[in-house]
Amino acid sequence: MQRPLLVSVFIVASCGLAYELIAGALASYLLGDSVMQFSTVIGVYLFAMGIGSWLSKHVAGNLLVRFIQIELLVGLLGGLSAGLLFLLFTLHAGPFRFTLYGLVLLIGILVGLEIPLIMRILKREVAFKDLVAQVLSVDYIGALAVSVLFPLLLAPHLGLVRSALLFGLLNALVAAWALWLFRAQIGPLAGMRAQCVAVIGLLALGFGFAGTFVSLAEANLYNEDIVHAESSPYQRIVITRWRDESRLYLNHNLQFSSRDEYRYHEALVHPGLAALPGARRVLVLGGGDGMALREILKYPQVESVTLVDLDPRMTELFSQSPMLRELNGDALASKKLKIINADALQWLEQTQEMFDFVVADFPDPSNHSLGKLYSTAFYRLLKQHVAETGRIVVQATSPLYARESFWTVVATLQAAGWQTTPYHALVPSFGEWGYILGGRREYRPPTAIPVPTRFITVDALPALFHFPVDMARVAAEPNRLDNQNLVRVFEREWGRVQAP
Amino acid sequence: MRRRNFLAATSGAAVLAACGAKSAPPLPPGALTGASEVLGHRLRQPDFPAPTETRRTSVAIVGGGIGGLSAAWKLARSGCEDFLLLELEGETGGNSRAGKNEISAYPLGAHYLPLPPREARATRQLLAELGVLQGDPDAAHPTYDERYLCHAPQERLYTNGYWQEGLWPTLGVPAAERAQYARFQEFIQELRQRRDGAGRRPFALPLALSSRDPKMRALDRMSMRDWLLGEGYTAPGLHWLTDYACRDDYGSAAAQTSAWAGLHYFACRDGEGQVLTAPEGNAWLARGLARAATGRVQPSALVFRVEQRKKDAVCDVYLAAENRSIRVIARELIWAAPLFLIPHVFAAPRPEWLAAIRGAEYAPWVVANLTLKAAPQTRAGQPLAWDNVLHDSAALGYVVATHQQLRYAPGPTVITWYRALHEEAASRPRRLLNTRAAWAEEILADLSRPHPEIRELTTRIDINRHAHAMIRPLPGRLWGGTRGSFELGRPGIQFAHADVSGLSLFEEANYRGVLAAERTLARLGVSYASSL
Repeated sequence: MQRPLLVSVFIVASCGLAYELIAGALASYLLGDSVMQFSTVIGVYLFAMGIGSWLSKHVAGNLLVRFIQIELLVGLLGGLSAGLLFLLFTLHAGPFRFTLYGLVLLIGILVGLEIPLIMRILKREVAFKDLVAQVLSVDYIGALAVSVLFPLLLAPHLGLVRSALLFGLLNALVAAWALWLFRAQIGPLAGMRAQCVAVIGLLALGFGFAGTFVSLAEANLYNEDIVHAESSPYQRIVITRWRDESRLYLNHNLQFSSRDEYRYHEALVHPGLAALPGARRVLVLGGGDGMALREILKYPQVESVTLVDLDPRMTELFSQSPMLRELNGDALASKKLKIINADALQWLEQTQEMFDFVVADFPDPSNHSLGKLYSTAFYRLLKQHVAETGRIVVQATSPLYARESFWTVVATLQAAGWQTTPYHALVPSFGEWGYILGGRREYRPPTAIPVPTRFITVDALPALFHFPVDMARVAAEPNRLDNQNLVRVFEREWGRVQAP
Repeated sequence: MRRRNFLAATSGAAVLAACGAKSAPPLPPGALTGASEVLGHRLRQPDFPAPTETRRTSVAIVGGGIGGLSAAWKLARSGCEDFLLLELEGETGGNSRAGKNEISAYPLGAHYLPLPPREARATRQLLAELGVLQGDPDAAHPTYDERYLCHAPQERLYTNGYWQEGLWPTLGVPAAERAQYARFQEFIQELRQRRDGAGRRPFALPLALSSRDPKMRALDRMSMRDWLLGEGYTAPGLHWLTDYACRDDYGSAAAQTSAWAGLHYFACRDGEGQVLTAPEGNAWLARGLARAATGRVQPSALVFRVEQRKKDAVCDVYLAAENRSIRVIARELIWAAPLFLIPHVFAAPRPEWLAAIRGAEYAPWVVANLTLKAAPQTRAGQPLAWDNVLHDSAALGYVVATHQQLRYAPGPTVITWYRALHEEAASRPRRLLNTRAAWAEEILADLSRPHPEIRELTTRIDINRHAHAMIRPLPGRLWGGTRGSFELGRPGIQFAHADVSGLSLFEEANYRGVLAAERTLARLGVSYASSL
């Protein structure tokens, strides 16, 4: 009788610490500021355990029955806590922080009741000094076990929702085990047996369907139907569909919407390529979705296109899925195309190839790694691969929302020795968007767009090159590898836009 | 009641580190290497075979570290091709050598060069020759190739469980202590601007060009720590940073280091902290110098006896690879090996040399390269930088070899972990002699505090020991008069090691090498344009 109860102390202690860690980790994950979240969650939790310990003196009656009921309740609350909080957050269904601390308080009180109750149960059989020594040491060992397992195994492999359910199940199983062990001392059992079965069943069901549940919650994050979601070694790729509109998100950032991507990609390709009637060799850096490629392949004089995208999953996905192939006009199947899945910087360093037109369509410079793709060093390297009469075009974030960032890219291209021609276009999904043409010689806008387009026409061109006052040039320093000022400026400007 | 739960939850990393030994996978494989100490220690019981061959040359250079390579570089640049460089190791480079695996090149020792000040003319000329310094090498602020300038983010400090930007501890530091930081920095700024009557800066690099003002030189007689306390600097963060600087540059704690040397670290440069670096550390600089010596280097060559005669010098050299000895007779000798070897090698070392060497102390270093499956994660604070320093550690943190690679994709990397054994001397090493397993455990434990996953990420740990990595600028060693006889040299012999300066810095070794070469050229009657 003594040993089983000590084993359950171990499990109960593990579960107790696990709920605390899960709540802290979930709050950090969803709200940020992990020091703040962990401190407050742990503080509330310890305080609640104090309340529980104090309240334990009011618990009377059959202590074993009370213990089993408390275990079931902890299992239920703790087990469902992470899922509940996650759903609440994504659905905006209620006051998140209130629920978080409320749940932490409740679980803490119940966990605080556990150990005093067990000690009272064991008191009848064990001398007090042994009792304290045994119960508390097992309690601490249980805590240690979880604090090691949680960051190493549970959080990375099971995830927070499933980990919580697992510990809930453990609590409920302790209850069922105790019920069976002490069946002689408890009396009529039918009601309690049913409670155990119900709680265990519910938690097991939750554990089985947790995967579906998480994707359900993610769907709520996007507000659209997710038709494809996967994590490649490089990024999280999510494709959504809502009515007749498809969208691509990389790491939760919108890359295109099928409604207006033609505006973005026509503006990216045609002002440059329509002005190069002799362009035969084209290079696309980034742009594994094949949309820019679709525009490029409209030009019959283009003999070969090299597409360098880091992520093979992107180019596979956009050359295989029927829905996505319809969007890019099956451009990735073109015989003129050579796909290279490599790091653009490393590939450019080792290749000898020359190109007449280069499209640099990288994600925005939101971190130091991506910032390298907007540096003077990169634009100098690019220059070694562009023919004398050739030209490059660079997507360069929004000149309206991130004005200094945009003009920083212009200054960077100029510092690397390019003659620049900045322009912009309205893409409703993104807002006002900016591009920069670079060449060794002065750029002359084309006198005709010789291929079919929906947005870019010769008449529309002059407005693209005109920058109204609110987007006009501001002083900016070139982005060099050793200062990466673009990353800081970009973070500041977009942080302002996205702040509530 | 469960206070310890709280501790377990908040110091999860520490708990993990403590349990690591039990639950963790076996140690990653790797090698333990070091300066050829077995070969070097044979000097203590010289029983080398008698020379079987005699080679004659105009100039013999003993030692192929930065000093010896710089001498060879200056000789070759001046059209003097008749020299022979004798190197103990299998390759030249000394502390600036590198290793390489399928992921990246990585340093085995020195890993960066701060932008050199104007006085370091030879170093700037070298950089110009290598195409890294663009335009006029004598400009106040020349332009450098940005591929060699350390990319952003440059450095971060792990303190209180958080990675903060820069190395000055700022997190949770009260305003009064920050005011001390500011006062110290203002003082340093003033030292950088200050000139004496002859136009010399108080702390120049090379240090030989510093002001002779006795007030400044008196700083050499006290320790950096005592100077700070004497000036009313009590802020723990300032003491930590100066101690870190002394351990990083000199291999000795601030309490052991001459205050002149400690201030020199801060006041000798004005490049705003920017440094030149490459995945292979400073090996690209050593290679750049070594190009001039191509075909005139004898590697794995232990010079075990030197005798100076009236018109020439005789060097007896053991060729380890061939297990035989040769005799090299040179009109001029450039000694570019550490000075502590002199009593073991010279047939008749001069008494003033022996007096100067007595009391010299060398700092042992351990440098480890860890090959990682992926970059270590940042749990809180600034992203992974080039230099990543841990505040509460006896080690100096780690540098990311792939930081300077032109790539943006995440992937495997190599990090270089540095530890100056500031608490022991090369003559009485204890911890230095620990096994590879012991060092590997210590390194993983050190790094597991910010990166609990480090053991799982590490696929290899290669450890390099340097017993005599650098001479220590102990109080009194720089301006106490002991260096003079080596600075001056003697007819027929010049000294070209950083030990002559007393500071183990690239610029010092480069300066000493070029100076020795120029004096040698003058004696040989070869005309040259001075690089100094």
